[in-house]
Amino acid sequence: MTTSTPALTGGRRRPGDRIFSGTATASAVLILLVLAGVGIFLLAEAFPALTAPADRISGGEGLAVYLWPILFGTLLTAVIAMLVAVPVAVGIALFISHYAPRRLSQTLGYVVDLLAAVPSIVYGFWGVQVFALALVPLYQWLAENLGWIPLFAGPASATGRTILTASLVLAVMILPIISALSREVFLQTPRLHEEAAMALGATRWEMIKYAVIPYGRSGVISASMLGLGRALGETMAVTLVLSASGGVSFNLISSGNPATIAAEIALNFPEATGLRLAELITAGLVLFLLTFLVNFVARALVTRQKGGST
Amino acid sequence: MRSSTTRAARAALATTSAAALALALASCSAGNEPGGSGGGGGSTPGASAGGGGGAGGTINGAGASTQQAAFQAWIVGFQEAEGTTVTYEPIGSGDGRTQFLTGGVDFAGSDAYLDDDELTEADSRCTDGAIDIPVYVSPIAIAYNLEGVDELQLTPATLAGIMAQQVTTWNDPAIAEENPDAELPDLPITVVNRSDESGTTENFTEYLDAAAPEAWTYGVVETWPVEGGEAAQGTSGVVQAVGAGNGTIGYADASQVEISDLSSALIQVGEDYVGPTPEAAAAILDASSRVEGRPEGDIAIELDRTTEAADTYPIVLVSYQIVCKGYEDPEVGEQVAAFVEYVTSEEGQQAAVEQAGNAPISETLRSDISDSLALVTGS
Repeated sequence: MTTSTPALTGGRRRPGDRIFSGTATASAVLILLVLAGVGIFLLAEAFPALTAPADRISGGEGLAVYLWPILFGTLLTAVIAMLVAVPVAVGIALFISHYAPRRLSQTLGYVVDLLAAVPSIVYGFWGVQVFALALVPLYQWLAENLGWIPLFAGPASATGRTILTASLVLAVMILPIISALSREVFLQTPRLHEEAAMALGATRWEMIKYAVIPYGRSGVISASMLGLGRALGETMAVTLVLSASGGVSFNLISSGNPATIAAEIALNFPEATGLRLAELITAGLVLFLLTFLVNFVARALVTRQKGGST
Repeated sequence: MRSSTTRAARAALATTSAAALALALASCSAGNEPGGSGGGGGSTPGASAGGGGGAGGTINGAGASTQQAAFQAWIVGFQEAEGTTVTYEPIGSGDGRTQFLTGGVDFAGSDAYLDDDELTEADSRCTDGAIDIPVYVSPIAIAYNLEGVDELQLTPATLAGIMAQQVTTWNDPAIAEENPDAELPDLPITVVNRSDESGTTENFTEYLDAAAPEAWTYGVVETWPVEGGEAAQGTSGVVQAVGAGNGTIGYADASQVEISDLSSALIQVGEDYVGPTPEAAAAILDASSRVEGRPEGDIAIELDRTTEAADTYPIVLVSYQIVCKGYEDPEVGEQVAAFVEYVTSEEGQQAAVEQAGNAPISETLRSDISDSLALVTGS
């Protein structure tokens, strides 16, 4: 790009070029500065908790013991949300891009985009006042009939405010993000690839399997990672929906659930001072690092996929 | 692919410029604000020293968020009555006391009275020491939701047993014994507690700790200590969760419980079972003794959680306003005294009841407070 530009403009850079490249560079530097600023702030503020003796941390057994349940809760909700949301989102995206009649696909696409714009607190209210209550009979049934599976050991929550409900609300929240992006990627599939597959006698499903999905795979992964980011960091909806009164447990349908990092911070920040505040900021730091790690892995996956598919 | 990249780039450019525009607008309005509030804000820190210069004057307070709703009524009422502007920042009891002792605010709102160290500190902050005045009393109701059971009577020990999750079903003999007429179902008890740190939890556990020390072994804490219950955010969260499930029981501000049409359990006090009525809540203050060894005029109440006096409800939250007996600026002293006088007057308490649904203080306490406020002077 840069080598061809001087040739086209007669070896002279126009002011527009300089201004644009300048602002673009500035933006890139700015985002790095912001990120570094946040990181430094978290580290500095978390310092008292990182260096405090173990018995002064909430729970009295050190930072790791305090952080582990909420880290576990964060990961568990995010993983369940992803397991539910990704297949459904890809299904929606494929339906919109390859199965639905044009008019329906436009309406559906519009509705999905609209879902992405609903504020999380609205999902939270819906989750706690409608969705959780609707799930209570299901949880009771699960506890009675499938109680031998540790996931459904019960006793079933009387209000439905369980980690499974929270995860499902999260799944609903990240569904539109993943499906909107996946749809765009699937629509980009070269027409020639699809027609070639058809010409070779592929059914529509085989065409999607051999032409569309491999082409869109890296895009779907990117979309999923965006969704995962929202699931990991979601605060309001989880705070409202989840009854966080327990430790590490795979029991998905009881009242005693681990909190998530974001919810723990939101719940305790208003009354926190001194060391307690530092603890919460340490939790924030852990979430920050976790998000970093997730993005790093996603980036690696996408790069590998790209190398493989083209 | 090429066309899609350029399209993406164009979209990105559009977004960036829109964001830049928004940023510019935001910085514009932000630029105006410091200038606007700077004039007013400048006077705030100096208010205790040089405030009250204007006709009406301003006094500043900070502290417990429990009093926040009541303050909305008090600020308006006092402004109308005296023309003095009162500000109140709900930053929490501890921070409120610190701000008061360092001279940042003229008075503090606090769920706890000053301890001995703080009283000593107050001697250097005020010209004649500081005193605590109880201004806000609010009963904490034990709300429950159990189909077919309209009245539930509990002894302190049973209540503590339920809260500690030792009593786990509604037809437990301990509950059945006290409620011979009720048809108690064989249903697990879901205990609903606060998921955030709160003064309500602290007061409630203080009651359990005092009234049923055998059954309640978790001490007095701000964060609910028993795992596995139903945790909900804030008073509204607890009330919502109790209302949503069947077989739930929780503790929350009585006014909120009343609004939500939930039933409140009656708690055994002496021979009787008493509900969280405003009268019974106010009565506990009169039935309790004052903390001894306090400065003259100080009304710190040693809540008698184990009282057996008739018609008293021992699960209450008492919040104080902490004021100097003598202020460097006499005018501030007069205004603070007038404000607390108004707050504890029948009119002030009634205004708070309408806004916050607390229990108005009794006539006996009011006359004591009036005597104390006579000591608050401007010099």
